Amino acid sequence: MPVSNLELPKGGFNFDNFHRNKTFEEKGFKAPGTRKTGTTICGCVYKGGLVLGADTRATEGPIVADKNCEKIHYLAPNMYCCGAGTAADCDATTGLISSKLELHRLQTGRPSRVATAMTMLKQMLFRYQGQVGCALVLGGIDVNGPQLYTIAPHGSTDKLPYVTMGSGSLAAMAIFEHRWKKDMELEEAMELVKDAISAGVFNDLGSGSNVDLCVITKEGVDYRRGYDKPNERGRKERSYKLAPGTTSVLTSQFRKFVDVIEGDAMDVS
Amino acid sequence: MEHGNTRLKPGEVDLGTTIMAVKFANGVIIGADSRTTTGSYIANRVTDKLTMVHDRIYCCRSGSAADTQAVADMVHYYLQLYTAQEGERPPVETAANLFRELCYTNKDGLSAGIIVAGWDKYKGPSVYTIPLGGSIHEQPFSIGGSGSTYIYGYCDANFRDDMTKEEAIKFTKNSIALAMSRDGSSGGVIRLAIIDESGVERIFVPGNQLPTFWEG
Repeated sequence: MPVSNLELPKGGFNFDNFHRNKTFEEKGFKAPGTRKTGTTICGCVYKGGLVLGADTRATEGPIVADKNCEKIHYLAPNMYCCGAGTAADCDATTGLISSKLELHRLQTGRPSRVATAMTMLKQMLFRYQGQVGCALVLGGIDVNGPQLYTIAPHGSTDKLPYVTMGSGSLAAMAIFEHRWKKDMELEEAMELVKDAISAGVFNDLGSGSNVDLCVITKEGVDYRRGYDKPNERGRKERSYKLAPGTTSVLTSQFRKFVDVIEGDAMDVS
Repeated sequence: MEHGNTRLKPGEVDLGTTIMAVKFANGVIIGADSRTTTGSYIANRVTDKLTMVHDRIYCCRSGSAADTQAVADMVHYYLQLYTAQEGERPPVETAANLFRELCYTNKDGLSAGIIVAGWDKYKGPSVYTIPLGGSIHEQPFSIGGSGSTYIYGYCDANFRDDMTKEEAIKFTKNSIALAMSRDGSSGGVIRLAIIDESGVERIFVPGNQLPTFWEG
């Protein structure tokens, strides 16, 4: 009987390019840094449900790579997850668990539970021993009421009534510890979360730009992208556009390359 | 017995901790502080370090939060399987040995100091301690975590084999309070649980109602 030539894929990381990369670095070609979401994210439980909040700055070292990124990720119709740490890891991890949850819903025939998402996330992060750099604030409502979890990169979780994560977490937590009360009304809770994120935006260099909010109740989700925009660019004194005719135009051809279908157009003011 | 966070990775969440378990006539008292730290920031000041792995078996966790949560979840799963297959509650010794198996075989990758305590119909109440290397020791009482180093003298001087439930609660509460007042990695509130044949009773001691001693 002929022996199969099929080689089963080897598990684990592939270090084949290690020597190549080392040579590049020695020759002076440095690899690009990872984009991190410096970040302030937070969440708090109130009378009717919970409110999640996040800033919108994504950094690559000292440079702001994205002034208006989305850090509140969809997981399920009744669950959203804020992500701090490495941006790619947060996007990929929440996307993966969101898909797993949908398959799970189809299999079980019921709405997903927050503890299920938490367990899937923590078991994956633990398996990668902290190499997947996600620090998450998971919030959602299920049959057991509103629940808020914090998930650290190494896979430990805490269930609390108010949580903050990211480089701006200390600033945000100071606001929460001062003003959080049990059974707040919605307006009070939204104001509190907005102020907590703002504390991070203004006092932490890794956080900035706008405040995004997400209110989750039994009735549904109210996703407030750009709930507060305290950092809009000031109006310039005059227009610096050059008058038509400054450069002689020989021929003209107009073609539209970019169509903004969803999300916000990039701010180029 | 090793102490201190010798093997925590940078940025990992640490259960600095004072944990304790005490056997008395018909049951066990387990207790812990409530502080979890990341470096010098307190990530959770109201942590519950007393984790149920079965109806009448709890574990006290110290070391890495991620490692101990993962191990406790696995033992919880194994014990549910045991109950489904054997049709009765597992002995505390079985639970403790499951912890030991995980902690010993993965000793290089784990930073977990665990005390297992509970009640079963074969031996009644028992306490087992599983320190960093994955050895297992049955003891009448056990203390663990970074804060425990400050109360060895107090515990050795005050423990008695024949304590009543109330005396055992006072002993545990006082010991943890003393450790919390001296260890920077321990603090917050005291959580206690009393496990006996009839069930588990939880006691919560808020930070402003801790037993006080010489304050200077």
